[in-house]
Amino acid sequence: MGDKIILEDKFQKRIDAGEKIEPKDWMPEKYRKTHIRQISQHAHSEIVGMLPEGNWITRAPSLRRKVGLLAKVQDEAGHGLYLYSAAETLGISRDQLFDQLHTGKAKYSSIFNYPTLSWADIGAIGWLVDGAAIINQVMLTRTSFGPYARAMVRICKEESFHQRQGYEIMLGLANGTPEQKEMAQDALNRFWWPSLMMFGPRDEDSPNTEQSVKWKIKRKTNDELRQQFIDITVPQAEYIGLTIPDPDLKWNEERGHYDFGEIDWDEFWTVVKGNGPCNKERLQARIDAWDEGSWVRDAAMSYAEKQANQIGKEKLAS
Amino acid sequence: MGKSEISKNEWPLYEIFIRSKNGLEHRHAGSLHAADAEMAIENARDVYTRRQEGVSIWVVPSAEITATQSDEAGELFEPAADKVYRHPTFYDLPIELKHI
Amino acid sequence: MSVDRYILSLSDNSMILGHRLSELCGHGPTLETDIALTNISLDLFGQVRGFLSVLAARQGSDVTEDSLAFLRREREHFNCILTELPNTDFAHIIVRQYFFDVFHKMQLEVLQQSTDQDIAAIAVKSLKEAKYHERFSQSWMLRLGDGTEVSHAKMQVAVNTLYPYVHELFDLTEWEKELIESGVAADTETIKEEYYRLIHQTLAQANLSTDGLSNRYAKGKHGMHTENLGFILAEFQYMQRAYPQMEW
Repeated sequence: MGDKIILEDKFQKRIDAGEKIEPKDWMPEKYRKTHIRQISQHAHSEIVGMLPEGNWITRAPSLRRKVGLLAKVQDEAGHGLYLYSAAETLGISRDQLFDQLHTGKAKYSSIFNYPTLSWADIGAIGWLVDGAAIINQVMLTRTSFGPYARAMVRICKEESFHQRQGYEIMLGLANGTPEQKEMAQDALNRFWWPSLMMFGPRDEDSPNTEQSVKWKIKRKTNDELRQQFIDITVPQAEYIGLTIPDPDLKWNEERGHYDFGEIDWDEFWTVVKGNGPCNKERLQARIDAWDEGSWVRDAAMSYAEKQANQIGKEKLAS
Repeated sequence: MGKSEISKNEWPLYEIFIRSKNGLEHRHAGSLHAADAEMAIENARDVYTRRQEGVSIWVVPSAEITATQSDEAGELFEPAADKVYRHPTFYDLPIELKHI
Repeated sequence: MSVDRYILSLSDNSMILGHRLSELCGHGPTLETDIALTNISLDLFGQVRGFLSVLAARQGSDVTEDSLAFLRREREHFNCILTELPNTDFAHIIVRQYFFDVFHKMQLEVLQQSTDQDIAAIAVKSLKEAKYHERFSQSWMLRLGDGTEVSHAKMQVAVNTLYPYVHELFDLTEWEKELIESGVAADTETIKEEYYRLIHQTLAQANLSTDGLSNRYAKGKHGMHTENLGFILAEFQYMQRAYPQMEW
C-alpha cells in the first residue's frame, strides 16, 4: 500500500513538472479509467456530431456550401478516429468503445441531441458549438496524457476552419434577405442555451473538477470556461446584428465580464438523461450504421485472412 | 432499439508513418484500423493526407512493433545522458572558425 | 448547344453519384470507409464545380454554377441511370461505384485530348482522382465478392441489379456523335471492348457472374430517368426552390 502511495506521488510530481504521461508508463488505475472515459466520450461526440450536420449535406443551398459542409463532417469522422486511437493506447479496443456507446454506457455531448431544423442551424453549430468546443480543446492540447494531447493538437489545427465556416454562414444570412435573417435569429435562439450547457453543470455541482485540474484534463472550471465563451461570443453576435436570447445579458463593468441569465438546468438534466429531442434517433442511427456494416467488416477480414494464407502457401511452395 | 454486438474479429490496428515531402523522414502520424495492409494504405491516404500532408506512406501492423518498456527507460537511455562527447558542442573551437 | 449539353451530361454523372455518396456521410460501416466514400463524393463535386463554372462563364448573363446545378428540372438532367440508383446496401454502393469508376477513368483519359480546352483541362485534373476511385472500388469488389458467403450473395444481388444498366454508359446520343466528329467528345466506342474486358476480369476474380442478365431500358442521357431522380432533386434543390434568388 505504501509503495502505491509513493508511486502515485511520483506520478503526480511528473505531471506537475509538465511531463507527459505515455501509454506504457505506470499510471494510477483511476487515471487510466478516467482517460478512457473522457477520451471516448470526446470521440463519441465527434461521430454522433456528424449526424445533425450530415442531415443538411444533401440539402445544402449551394455547391460551395455543400463541399464545405461535406469536408467538415468528414473531418469530424477523422477527429473521432484520432481520439478512438488515443483511447486504444490505454488497452481498450474501438469495438468495445462503440459497444459502450451503443448500449448507452458511454455518453456524448448533449448538444447533438438537438435537431437541425433549418440551414441556419448549420451556421449556428459551426459558430457556437464549434466555438464552445474549441475553448475546451485548446486547453486539452496541453493535457498530461501524451496521446490525448497529440490528438488534440491535430484536431485544433484542422478545426480552425470549422468555426470560420459557421460564422461566415451566419454573417451571410444576417446580411441577407429578411427571411434569411429571421432564419439566422431563430437558429441562434434555439442553439444559444444548449451551447452554454456544453460546459457542463455549475462548479458546485461538478464534483470531478479538482481531480481533472490535477491531471490537466482541465485547466479552468466549467463556470470559468462558460464565462469565457460568453465574453467572446456576445460581440460576435452584435457584429452581425443578431440578438442573444437572454434578457438578463449585460456587460458588468466591475467584473469585466457579461452577466447572464439562469440556464434551464431541468432541460439540461432531461437531455443528459436521454430524453432530449433526438437522443433516441441519434443513438439508433449509430447502431444501424454499425449493424448494417457488420457483414462488410466480416467480409474484409475473411478476405484478408484468405489472402494471407494464399501468400503463406506460395512461400512454402517456392 | 436495435442490437449491437462486438464482432469477434475487429480489423487490426496499423501504425501510420507519413513522409510530408521528399528529403524528410517518415514520421508517425497516428493509427487506424484496416483489414489488410493494402487497405491500411488506402485508409491512411484518406484519413491522414486529406490536406496534402504526404508524399509517401508506410503502414505497420501495431502488433508487429517491438517497443522498449518504460521501466527499462533508465537503463536504456540514462547512460547516454553523461556522454556529452557525442554532441558537437562538447568541443571548444575558436569562434572565428566558421562552418565546422 | 450540343457542347453545353455534353458538359452537363459529364457533370451530371458526377453530381448525381456525388449526391448518392453524400447521403452516406456519417453512416459508413467503419469510420475509415466513411471518410473514404466522402472523399470520393468531394472529388466528384469538385469536378461538377469545374464543369459548371466553365459552362456558366460561356453562357454569360446571370447563369452561375449554382443556377445550373440547382435549377434544372428532371428532364434537363443527362446523367446515366446507373448513377442515380439508390444506396440499397454497401454491396450496391461498391458495385455501382466500380462500374462507373472504370468507365469514368477511361472516358477522362480520352477527354484529355478533347479539342475543347476547358474539357481537356478538367479531364487532366479529374483523371488522377478517378484512378484512385477505381483502385478503391476494385479492391472492395474483390473483398466482398470473395469475402464471406453472405457478402458474396449480397454482391451477386447488386451485380444482378446494376449490370443491366452498364450498357447505357456507352449509349451515344445524336448530339454526342456530332461532337465526336469535331473531337470535343470522347468516342466511347473505342474504349468499350477494353471496359468490358476489365470489369469481367474483376467480376471473375470476385466470383461474380453476369450470366443470364439482360440490358434494361436506360435513357438517362436523353433526359428520361427513373423515379429516383425526382426525389434526389426534391432534396438537392430544396433550398434554392424554397428561397429563390438568394445568396448563401
